Amino acid sequence: MASPNNQTLRFDLQIIASWIDPGSRILDLGCGRGDLLAWLKNQKSIKGTGIEQDKEKAAACIGRGLSVLQGDLNDEIKDYPDNFFDYVILSQTLQQVFQPAELLSDLSRIGRRVIVSFPNFSHYQIRLHLLLKGRAPKNEQLPYSWYDTPNIRVITLSDFRRFAADQDYSIVKEAAVRSWDREKRGTVIRLLSNLRATYGIFLIEQTAKKPSQTADQGAV
Amino acid sequence: MPLSTYTYGAPPDEHTLENGEKLGPITIAYETHGELNAACDNTILICHAFSGDAHVASNIDDKDSSEPEGWWQFMVGPGKGIDTDQYFVICSNILGSCMGSTGPSSTPPDKDRPYGLDFPMVTIGDMVDAQKKLIDHLGIKKLHCVIGGSVGGMQVLEWCVRYPDMVRSAVPIATTMRHSALAIAFNEVARQSIMADPNWNHGNYYGGDGPNLGLAVARMIGHVTYLSDEAMRRKFGRKLQDKEDLSFNFGADFQVESYLRYQGSKFVKRFDANALLYITKASDYFDLVDNKHTEESLQDLCGSRSKFLIISYSSDWLYPTYQAKELVQALKRTGQDVSFCEIEADCGHDAFLIEDQRLTNLIRGFLDGLSQ
Repeated sequence: MASPNNQTLRFDLQIIASWIDPGSRILDLGCGRGDLLAWLKNQKSIKGTGIEQDKEKAAACIGRGLSVLQGDLNDEIKDYPDNFFDYVILSQTLQQVFQPAELLSDLSRIGRRVIVSFPNFSHYQIRLHLLLKGRAPKNEQLPYSWYDTPNIRVITLSDFRRFAADQDYSIVKEAAVRSWDREKRGTVIRLLSNLRATYGIFLIEQTAKKPSQTADQGAV
Repeated sequence: MPLSTYTYGAPPDEHTLENGEKLGPITIAYETHGELNAACDNTILICHAFSGDAHVASNIDDKDSSEPEGWWQFMVGPGKGIDTDQYFVICSNILGSCMGSTGPSSTPPDKDRPYGLDFPMVTIGDMVDAQKKLIDHLGIKKLHCVIGGSVGGMQVLEWCVRYPDMVRSAVPIATTMRHSALAIAFNEVARQSIMADPNWNHGNYYGGDGPNLGLAVARMIGHVTYLSDEAMRRKFGRKLQDKEDLSFNFGADFQVESYLRYQGSKFVKRFDANALLYITKASDYFDLVDNKHTEESLQDLCGSRSKFLIISYSSDWLYPTYQAKELVQALKRTGQDVSFCEIEADCGHDAFLIEDQRLTNLIRGFLDGLSQ
């Protein structure tokens, strides 16, 4: 699945990287220090832009020669022309988004395809944690307590598939993964994925593209 | 590198300005650092801010040099953020200034006194056109990068819309794509302060006492806009100047008063009052948002291939971050490759002139990224 040179990337990013066509135009939301963008730029000659809220991380990206906008992703995605990107990547962020449906709609406007990854809240350990201990789950993928977690959305692989069907997205590719070793290593789960996967990764396309939602397109 | 000059546009080949008037001959003072490479593709043009000059850096490695430090000494030099071992750096004094290039204090060849208010109203676009003439004269077809802060950042943007094919990349810092009402207001107070000085004499003061008081007050106002609430609180607070108690008169009780008076009187020694009037007006006229009053705007950038890095400072209240973000939005809409970063700093608008590793790293990394 993952190509041999991307072992330095987080495991879910290795999968995502393997899905990207060479030479594509990419937007990476919440790009951190730009590991995925830098890898794709070097290995697949992509034209990439990242969006990162954290000033220090955004500066680190620019300092390594990447194109990155420091700011809030909900604001920063608004001004791009329709279908400007071949892929828009939202990795491990969907569970932290206040209005996920609206965000994904915006993303599918500016990108032909959207890649989304998120922690699978129906993993059997999480279910057992809640069932046996009666407490909000806490593990390697979800290391937070209920009071300090940035994760405000509880999503499972099944939930996302239903969401995609309801909102007219077609799922072009999907991978259920189980990762360990600080998420550096992992494996793709094929059987009972909703129970066994720690992460879900989906490549979606809007089935019928809506007309442009940027009414003020002409006004700079 | 000593100051060089280039003169063009002698009559009858005067340069036609944006407002239709003709001006010539025009002299542009400039400095270069580093070497132009064989491929002629390593030139970085640095545009100075409103009261700056061509002296961007001095060669401090040269022990015999008596040159003063340049205004961007920490950024420009061998091994620095803008590495003169790698790049050929040009910095020229803007048209309308008083630091070697033609401006209102220059004397036209056929006259025996300076232009004064007979100098035509020049725009940021005219300043950039003059730089373009210099670049052509130096035989350079393409600029690897155009970099500048404040009014220098406006020139950077103007370069991108006027000569998009010549600009490989652009770094506008602490700037805006159009002057806000607040920025125009401060400039107008500065201008009124000069024009209210009886010594100004409608701009005709050369050879006598100039409007020194008015110019000093104009600088005091300007200087406040370059600082920030936080910076002034940290630097001065309510500390008294050389005294234990309030004097109960109008002397300079507070350190901040004394500091501004000092900045004002220092400025009078190096800057021309008419030049301030002209350059502030040029920046007030600056507006690249649409083509209402100008031929070119950022809307015309569609299809251009320049790469942008926009930098703003969190405490800049002259050109706040929201204006940098508007610029980023405008560039995104035309599909430009744009990076943006706000630097957290409490020193206000002038922060880009203060040594900061974060700024150095951003510029160095951006320039390196172009070569990858």
